[in-house]
Amino acid sequence: MRNSSSTDVPEKRATGRRSPLATVALIAIGLLTTGGGYALFSSTAAAETPTAITQATAEEGQKLFAANCASCHGLEATGTDVGPSLYGVGAASVDFQMATGRMPLAMNGPQGQQKPPQFTQEQIDAVAAWVASLAPGPEVPSDAALEGGDPSVGGELFRINCAMCHNVAGAGGALTEGKFAPGLLGVEPRHVYEAMVTGPQNMPVFNDMNLTPQDKADVIAYLQFLENNPSVGGFDLGSLGPVAEGLFIWIFGLGAIVGVAIWITARPN
Amino acid sequence: MAQHDGDTGAAAGSELVKSPGREVSPGTAVIAPDAFENPGLPPHSDRVTDLDPKKEKEAERVVAGMFALSIVGTVMAIVAYIVVPIEPGDLNSTRLNNLFVGLGIALALIPIGIGAIHWAKNLMTYVEMTEARHGTRGTEETRAIAANVFTLGNQESGFNRRKLIRNTLIGALALSPLPAVVLFRDLAPAADPVPLLKTTLWDKGIRLAKDPSGTPIKASEVTLGSVFHVIPDNLADAEHPLEEKAKAAVLLMRLKPEDLNVSAGREDWNYDGIVAYSKICTHVGCPVALYEQHTHHLLCPCHQSQFDITQEAAVIFGPAKRPLPQLPITVDAEGYLVARSDFTEPVGPSFWERSL
Repeated sequence: MRNSSSTDVPEKRATGRRSPLATVALIAIGLLTTGGGYALFSSTAAAETPTAITQATAEEGQKLFAANCASCHGLEATGTDVGPSLYGVGAASVDFQMATGRMPLAMNGPQGQQKPPQFTQEQIDAVAAWVASLAPGPEVPSDAALEGGDPSVGGELFRINCAMCHNVAGAGGALTEGKFAPGLLGVEPRHVYEAMVTGPQNMPVFNDMNLTPQDKADVIAYLQFLENNPSVGGFDLGSLGPVAEGLFIWIFGLGAIVGVAIWITARPN
Repeated sequence: MAQHDGDTGAAAGSELVKSPGREVSPGTAVIAPDAFENPGLPPHSDRVTDLDPKKEKEAERVVAGMFALSIVGTVMAIVAYIVVPIEPGDLNSTRLNNLFVGLGIALALIPIGIGAIHWAKNLMTYVEMTEARHGTRGTEETRAIAANVFTLGNQESGFNRRKLIRNTLIGALALSPLPAVVLFRDLAPAADPVPLLKTTLWDKGIRLAKDPSGTPIKASEVTLGSVFHVIPDNLADAEHPLEEKAKAAVLLMRLKPEDLNVSAGREDWNYDGIVAYSKICTHVGCPVALYEQHTHHLLCPCHQSQFDITQEAAVIFGPAKRPLPQLPITVDAEGYLVARSDFTEPVGPSFWERSL
C-alpha cells in the first residue's frame, strides 16, 4: 500500500490539480507585495519632508504669499469672499496650515485635508514672518515648550478636552457633514501645540488661559506616550472603539463559527 | 478497514424512516391532496475513506498530525511563558507574553477539536441512524410508584395529621423571604428621585470653573472660538461630587454676539457672546462636547444628534428631541463668570415625571 501511495504523487501532479494551500499562499504573497510596496512608498514620501530651517525675511514671505495665497486671502491678507482675513492669526497658524500641507487648499470641501507640504520649512517661515508682522498673534512654540510634560496629567486633560473629537487613543473621529477630527499619532508635537493655540478650521481654540503652556506640554507628552507604547491588549483595530471591534467580531468571529458548524455537519467525501 | 456494507446501511436507513413510530397525528391541520411527502434520508453513499485504503491512511495521518500539533502547542505555551516573561513595569512584555502563551494554548486546544471531528467524520463507523421520539408520559406502573412514595411519606411523617406542625412550617417558609424584601428595598433611593433630577448644583452666583482643576474662569479668558469644559466651583464641597458633576457638567463657548439668535426672555442669559449649555445630551445622556467653532454645530458622539448653538442648541439632526438646556450666566464684580440661576428645565434625557 505504501509503495502505491508513493507512486501516486507524480500522477496527482500530472492532472494539474493544485494543492488547496496554493490559493492561501498566493493571497499571502499578494498581500505582502502590496503591503510592502505601500510601506516603501509611504516611507520615501515621508523622507522628502524638508527639514532645513534658516533665517527668513518678511519680504520674501510677502512675495510667496502674493504668488500662492493671495487669490483667496487677498494681496494684503485681508480676506476675500472665499478666504478669511489672516490679521491676527499669527505665525503659529501659518506654520500649522502650511507645514501639514493643509494650505494651500487642495480643493474645496468640508475641510482642508492634510497632504505632503508644498513648501520648504524656510519658505513657510518666511510667509509666517510676514503674516505675523501684519498683526500680533500666536507665535510658533519654542522646542523647550514642547518638552517636559507629564503624560499622566496630560491623559486626564486629553480625555476632558480632546478625546470627544480625537478619540481617547488619539485615533481621530467623525464630525458633522463630512468633517472629521484627524488622528493625532505621528503628528509633530509642534503642530499639536499650534493647533491647540490657533484652533485650525472647526477645531475650537484652547488658549493659554484654558490650557496653560504646561498643560499643552502634558497633552503632547500623553500623545507621545501613546505613540511609543503599543496597545497592551494586542491588536487594537485602529483604536476606533466598540463599532470597529463589534464589526470585526461580528464578521470574522461569527463567520468562523458558522464555517466550523457547516464543516462539522457536512457529509464527508 | 470499513466494517460495514454500504447497501445494507442504505436499506436499514430507509426502513427506519418508514417505521410507524415516525408517523404523527395531523391534528386539526388540513392536509392538501398534493401534500409534500417526507423524502426521508438521502441514500447512503460510501466515503472515500471507506473505499480507498490509501485515503483512509491519509485521514489517519491527518488526525494523528493534529494531535501531534496539539502537543507542539502545549510545549510552545510552556516555553513561551519561560522565554518571554512578564517584566514588572514593562507593559510591552505583558503584551508579548500574552500573545505567545495565548497562541500556544490555542495551538494546543484547537487541533484536538479539529482532529476529533476529522476522526469522527472520516474514520469512525458511517451509518445513517434514526431515533424516533417517544412519549414523555411514564408508564402506569411508574406513576403508581411515585404516587405511593408521597402517600407513604405523608403517613410516616404525619404531615396531614399533625396540623400544628404543618401550619407552622408553612408560616415559617412563607415569612423567610421577608429579610430580602427589607434589604433590597433599601437599594432604592431613600427620597423621591424626581426632585433630584430637576435640580443641579448651579445656583445664583456660583462661579463657572475649569474641569478638572476647579479654577474659576474670567470672561476675558474665553476668547472667540474657545471651548471650556466647566464644572460648578462648589463641586468639591458636594457630598457626592461625581453624581453632581454628572448633572452639572456644562460646555462654555464664545461666539460673535451677532451670530446668536436669542429668543425673548433669554436676552441676559449670555455674556457678550459667551454661552453655557448643559453637556448632557437630551437623548440618552451622553456628554455632548464635539463643538465645531465655525459651523457652531455641537455633535453628540453616541447617536449623532446635532445641536445648533446659534439657535439656542436646537436639534438639527439625530434622535434627540429637545434642545440642550441653557445655563443663564453673567459676570460678578471681579470679572468671573457666574450662573444667574440653576437650569430652568431638567437636564439630560426625558423621564416619566418630567412635565416640560
